[in-house]
Amino acid sequence: QAWLNEKFAPELLESKPEIIECVVEQLDHMEANLKRAKKGDLKVSVHRMEIERIRYVLSSYLRCRLVKIEKFFPHVLEKEKSRAEGEPSILSPEEFAFAKEYMANTETYLKNVALKHMPPNLQKVSLLKSVPKPNLDSFVFLRVLERQENILVEPETDEQREYAIDLEEGSQHLIRYRTVAPLVASGAVQLI
Amino acid sequence: RGSSSFRSEAKSGRTDLIFLIRFRHCYLLRNQRCILAYLYDRLLRIRALRWEYGSVLPNTIQFHMSTEEVEWFNRYKKSLATYMRSVGGEEGLDLTQDIKPPKSLYIEVRCLRDYGEFEIDDGTTILLKKNSQHFLPRWKCEQLIRQGVLEHILS
Repeated sequence: QAWLNEKFAPELLESKPEIIECVVEQLDHMEANLKRAKKGDLKVSVHRMEIERIRYVLSSYLRCRLVKIEKFFPHVLEKEKSRAEGEPSILSPEEFAFAKEYMANTETYLKNVALKHMPPNLQKVSLLKSVPKPNLDSFVFLRVLERQENILVEPETDEQREYAIDLEEGSQHLIRYRTVAPLVASGAVQLI
Repeated sequence: RGSSSFRSEAKSGRTDLIFLIRFRHCYLLRNQRCILAYLYDRLLRIRALRWEYGSVLPNTIQFHMSTEEVEWFNRYKKSLATYMRSVGGEEGLDLTQDIKPPKSLYIEVRCLRDYGEFEIDDGTTILLKKNSQHFLPRWKCEQLIRQGVLEHILS
């Protein structure tokens, strides 16, 4: 579920370290079992395939997150820095370290190659303003897992007015991400 | 320098130059944006190289990179390696593997050039000579396929 949500959401979603840890442990466990099993046992192939599939999903999930971190790096770091105490983190500590290193690396590079040769009033550039933000208005497909009532849909054009819709369990919709972002986070809907 | 002389002229009350100053500033800002966009785009391509080719870049590509770009690449790959090591158990998880979902356990591969000996899980070694064909476990081959040593045969 986390994998699909992350894949289809335009922004970086909450970090889920417990899930990752659980999956990794499972993989290690299965690998250890395989090593002890007899060669040529049919079960070995099936388990092997299972391991491959799980590893693929895990890798794909983490890769997807890294791509988003790199793409939106100043915004991701800013969001994490301005996070309130009780709010869940969108970055794992390792991802946070990676994001900071990526930012420092890129800033240093741009400064040394271009900015320091420019006239003095142009030597600083705000990466927060220059790097594009995630487009929260992009449309996403979703399936409703828990019934929701009175979701406020904001108007897209000046002629429309905002209206409220109810989301029935099991129904599927195509809707702007911004409207359902909190529902994705809470698990009430599943992106597909 | 040009810009400071313009500014001192403006201070002395030459208002007709203000438009020129503003125009010049816009033009400088645009140049700055273009330069940064170009450099940043190159960085993004270099980053893609790490995911495509692995940690060691072919010489022909390195030849086209500036010293600072090579430095950026080295720092990036170090940062990535640290992150990958921190995930997943003992040795970490190599995220550059398993790019496509697995369809089958073993795959048919042809060797494109002489590689030498290659060990697989149960201890047996295989000699990879040019044009030899093998039926090997997929997870062992992925790296070699990307490096161009093996070729996946799709029947």
